[in-house]
Amino acid sequence: MSKGYILILGARSDIAQALARKYAAGGYNLYLAARRAEELEGFAADLRIRCRIRVKSVELDILNFPSHRLFYDGLPETPVGIICAVGYLGDQLKAQSEMAEAVKIIETNYTGIVSLMNIIADDMEARGRGFIVGISSVAGDRGRKSNYIYGSAKAAFTAYLSGLRNRLHRVNVQVLTVKPGFVKTKMTQGMDLPGRLTAFPSEVAEHVYRAQQCGKDVFYVKWLWRWIMLVIRCIPERRFKRMDL
Amino acid sequence: MHLSGWGNYQRVTPERVFRFEQVATLKGIVVGQDDLISYGNGRSYGDSALGRNIITVKPHNYFLDFDEARGILHVQSGVMLSEIVELFVPRGWFLSVTPGTQLITVGGAIASDVHGKNHHLEGCFSQSVEMFNLMLPDGEVVICSKKCNPELFKATCGGMGLTGVILDAQIRMRKINSRYLSQTTIQSENLRDTLHIIEAHNDHPYSVAWLDCLAEGEKLGRGLVMLGEFCDDGELDFKTRRKLNMPFYLPSFILSKLTAKIFNELYYRQARKRVAQHKVDLDTFFYPLDSVNGWNKIYGKDGFVQYQFVLPKETSHIGLHEIVEMISVSGKGSFLAVLKLHGPENDNYLSFPLEGYSLALDFKMENGIFDLFDRLDEIVLRHGGRFYLAKDVRVTKEVFEKGYPKIDQFRALRERYGMKGKFRSLQSDRVRI
Repeated sequence: MSKGYILILGARSDIAQALARKYAAGGYNLYLAARRAEELEGFAADLRIRCRIRVKSVELDILNFPSHRLFYDGLPETPVGIICAVGYLGDQLKAQSEMAEAVKIIETNYTGIVSLMNIIADDMEARGRGFIVGISSVAGDRGRKSNYIYGSAKAAFTAYLSGLRNRLHRVNVQVLTVKPGFVKTKMTQGMDLPGRLTAFPSEVAEHVYRAQQCGKDVFYVKWLWRWIMLVIRCIPERRFKRMDL
Repeated sequence: MHLSGWGNYQRVTPERVFRFEQVATLKGIVVGQDDLISYGNGRSYGDSALGRNIITVKPHNYFLDFDEARGILHVQSGVMLSEIVELFVPRGWFLSVTPGTQLITVGGAIASDVHGKNHHLEGCFSQSVEMFNLMLPDGEVVICSKKCNPELFKATCGGMGLTGVILDAQIRMRKINSRYLSQTTIQSENLRDTLHIIEAHNDHPYSVAWLDCLAEGEKLGRGLVMLGEFCDDGELDFKTRRKLNMPFYLPSFILSKLTAKIFNELYYRQARKRVAQHKVDLDTFFYPLDSVNGWNKIYGKDGFVQYQFVLPKETSHIGLHEIVEMISVSGKGSFLAVLKLHGPENDNYLSFPLEGYSLALDFKMENGIFDLFDRLDEIVLRHGGRFYLAKDVRVTKEVFEKGYPKIDQFRALRERYGMKGKFRSLQSDRVRI
C-alpha cells in the first residue's frame, strides 16, 4: 500500500535527490519539482525501478510567483508531505554590488518559497494533515561577512517555518526545520570543507527522514552543529564583528 | 585529496579528480585530458585505479531498466552490487556472478572481470554481461557485447579500465527462491585431502575453501571446504544486517605469527564435526567481510598486500604444495587464505581465472615481505600460473606478461584506438600495458 505522494521542491539538488531516494525506499510516491523537469526523467526512472513506486517530474519555477497556484492545483493527487530543498548560494561579493544577484538569492531562498508555501499551508490547514520539511541552513543563525545575503534569506526562511509551525501545530501538521552545516554537494563543490563537520547528502537524508518520521521540530544535521551554532550565537556582537568569518 | 587502493599500501594524490555524472560532461573530460583512469569504489587492492587524473564513477548510478521476463537489469556503471542485492533479493533475483564483496561498482566488476564461488559452473562476471556502452578516447560511445564489437568486449572485460570508460551495462540476473543457502563445511586434514574434497564436490553450485597457511608438517594445507546452494523456502524478506566498524588502524604488531596461529586454530575448529551443515544468510555466505566496515584497517597504517595467483590444474597439486610450504616456513601467512578451483578460462584478453586452483592470501606490509613474494613468483611462473591485476600492486612487467599470452593483442588494441596515452594507471605503467 502506498503511503501517498511527497512533493519535493528543488528536486535537482543533491540533498533533494538523496531525500527522494530515502522517501521512495520508505514506500512513498514522489513528485519531483524543479526547473527543466524533463532532465529529471532519468532520476525518476531510477527511483521507479529501485523502489517500484510512482514518480512524476513536474515543472516548477520558484521565481515565477503567479504560476504557483496553478502548479499546486495541477498535481494529480494532493501530497501528504512537502520537502522544500530549494536553494541558491549565489555569489556574495557580486550580490553586494549587483542588486540582480542579491534579488535572485533572496527570491530563490525566501520570497519564492513563501509564495508557494502559503498556498500549501492553507491547503494543509484545511485538510488537517500532512507535514512540511524545510531545508534551511546554519548560515541563517547568524550573519557572517562571507555569505550574509544568502544567510539573511535563510534566516527569514527559518523564521517563516517557525511561524508556520506555530500556526499549523493545532491542526496536527508537522513543520520540520532542517539546518544542515556543510554538506558535500554540487553547491559546495570546490570549497575546502572540514571532514568531521561535513555530511554527505545520503547522511542528511537518513537523519531528516528519521527526524520527520518521529515528529521533530528543528533539527541540525551533524549534531555538533547545534552546539557550534549555540556558541556562535552567544558571542557578543562587540567581539563577533571583529572576527574574520 | 589522497587516494589508495583497498590494501592501503600505495597512496597517491591525483592532480585532478573528475566526477562522472552526465555522459555529455564526461565526453569533454575524456577528449580534453590525458592520463585518465576510472575509480569505482576503490576496492581493487593495489594501484589499478590510481593515476594522475581520476574519474570517479560512483555518482553515475541510475538504474535504467529491468526486464522482468528475461531477468536483464540495465544500470549505469557507478551502481554498486550492494544496491542491486539489497533491492532485488526481496524480489527473488540475485547476481549470476558475485565476488566476495558487494561493495564494488558494476563498472569495476566488469573492468576486473571478477569471479565468485561459482566460477567452476558460471564463469566470470563478464559471462553475465549482455552488453555495455563504452566511451572511447575520442569521446565516441560504442556498444560492446559478445557479438557487437567483440574485440572491445574481450579487451574491456578484465581490461582494468584501460580501454575507455564503461558508461552502463546490462547484466543477467538469476532467479532465487530464498535468501538463505544450505552450507556444508568439511574439515580437511592436509593439502592433499583439501584438494580431494574440493574435486569430489565440484558439482556443487558454490564452492570455496579456507586454508590454514600456518599449519606445518603433516597438517600442511589443512583447511575448511565450504559448499553452498540456495534453499527453496520462499524466504526473501530483506534483513538489515548489523555492521561493525573498524574505527582506527590497528597497531601493526598485533597481527603477528602468534595471533594468526591462534586465530587459525580456532577457525579450523569452529567446524566441530568433520562435516557440518548450516543454513546461512546470503550475506554471511557470500560477503562475510562486508559486515565489518573498513576491515582493511586491521593490518595497520602500513597496509597490506593481497597475493593471488592461479595455477593450471595439471600443476596445481605440486605447485600449491611448494607454495604453501614456503609460506608456512616463512611464518608470514595471515588468516585470510582462500582457495578456489576454477572452471575453464574465457576468451577475454586479461581475465584472471584459468582452469585450476587459485589461492589468495593477505600479507601485512612488513620487512622482507617482497623477498618472499619474489620467491613465490618464481614457483608460480615455473608451474605456468598467473597473477590477478585487481589484487596486484607489485609484479613486474616480465612476471606479469608470462601469465597472459594474449597480452600483445591487448597492447595492439590499445595502440590502435589511441587508448595508450589516454587511459593509464600506476599499474598499467608498471606492467607496461
